[in-house]
Amino acid sequence: MSRQKFSLVTDIPLIIWLTLVWSALWQDFGPGTLIPGFIIAIVVVNFFYLPPVGLSGRFNVLSLIAFSGRFLVDLVTASFEVFWLAISKGPDLRNAVVAVRLRTRSDLILTATGHVTSLVPGSFVLEVDRGSSTLYLHCLNIVTPKDADAVRASVLRSEAGLIRIMGTRKELDELRAEESTP
Amino acid sequence: MTIVIYVVQSILALAVMLALYRAVVGPSILDRALALDVVLAIISAALVLTMIVNHHLDHLILLVVISLVGFIGSVAVARFLTDRG
Amino acid sequence: MLTDVIVSILLIGGAFMSLAAGIGLLRFPDLLSRMHAATKPQVLGLLLVLAALAVETGSWLLLPVLFLCWLFQLLTSPVSALMVGRTGYRTRHLRRELLTLDELDDVVERAIVDQAERQRPAGADGADAGVQDGPGGSAGAAR
Repeated sequence: MSRQKFSLVTDIPLIIWLTLVWSALWQDFGPGTLIPGFIIAIVVVNFFYLPPVGLSGRFNVLSLIAFSGRFLVDLVTASFEVFWLAISKGPDLRNAVVAVRLRTRSDLILTATGHVTSLVPGSFVLEVDRGSSTLYLHCLNIVTPKDADAVRASVLRSEAGLIRIMGTRKELDELRAEESTP
Repeated sequence: MTIVIYVVQSILALAVMLALYRAVVGPSILDRALALDVVLAIISAALVLTMIVNHHLDHLILLVVISLVGFIGSVAVARFLTDRG
Repeated sequence: MLTDVIVSILLIGGAFMSLAAGIGLLRFPDLLSRMHAATKPQVLGLLLVLAALAVETGSWLLLPVLFLCWLFQLLTSPVSALMVGRTGYRTRHLRRELLTLDELDDVVERAIVDQAERQRPAGADGADAGVQDGPGGSAGAAR
């Protein structure tokens, strides 16, 4: 396996994350926990390496907060909707498998969009086509083509939110251009 | 507070019975895997309830372990079925 | 007193999500619709119950580990849903008459036909290989 030498720039986010996980599990953020955690993180990153994730190099915390807020609201409303469907419709439910073609080319955003869509009850990812960035979703209670369009629009909206958080500059510019010309 | 805890306990008991019914009846093995996943989620809710009632934090690590074990379990069942065709 | 009220509301909400999942498992007609019901206690139910624990304990040091518990669940449950759903779709554990629209069906059929045509000239005897990998070798999100 070919792997470039240990490069601090790409591994630093992962090392910081692993150190924080270690400290969180010990429930102690003193130097006595952080320093061993840091050493273990470096060892782990160097010995058990993962395929590199293509980070774009930008990360917008404000968009992340806005996105998390909307995610929580979606989560609560969708949970109650599915609960209501289970009580009111039950066995006479009509579903659909909907294909949604995303704008992004990045694996990270494709995966994140799939995760967000699956976490909100009412739709989950059945199949992913990485070549054309298409998600195939199974959605509850889709009767008319209009319902399917609503699902597509909501998935594209969460993709737009994720691009605002961590998409590349180019994708962000394309998104802005698309929004200004409706 | 005691009444609330009894109410929560009985809701969880009812939920786990419904999930176990699906695990027993469930037409396919995937239904059973799914129902047992839900049982695991209810068990983790019950663990949190015992922690709140008894004022300790000993089961916290079990929650992390349960989410990972449930993941490995259902992925293993799904892979097994895919590989068999 | 106030913390007791908040803890009670959060706990009952979390337990309610588990009950909703139980009812959903019981009443939904096929595997794939039942999977929607299963997501609730795993995501929102766990969040509410963990929030109850955080309020009850009232310690800031506890928040990271509780968040970590929830985050592991967030990262793992869509992947297992994808694996189970994908297998369920391919092994035909799906009641097609319940679907009003199926945009994946054509793609899977085409992939199977393509693969069969590609294999015939080479004389390969992989008659059962077609079902394994669908549109363009697509396990993208599973990794």
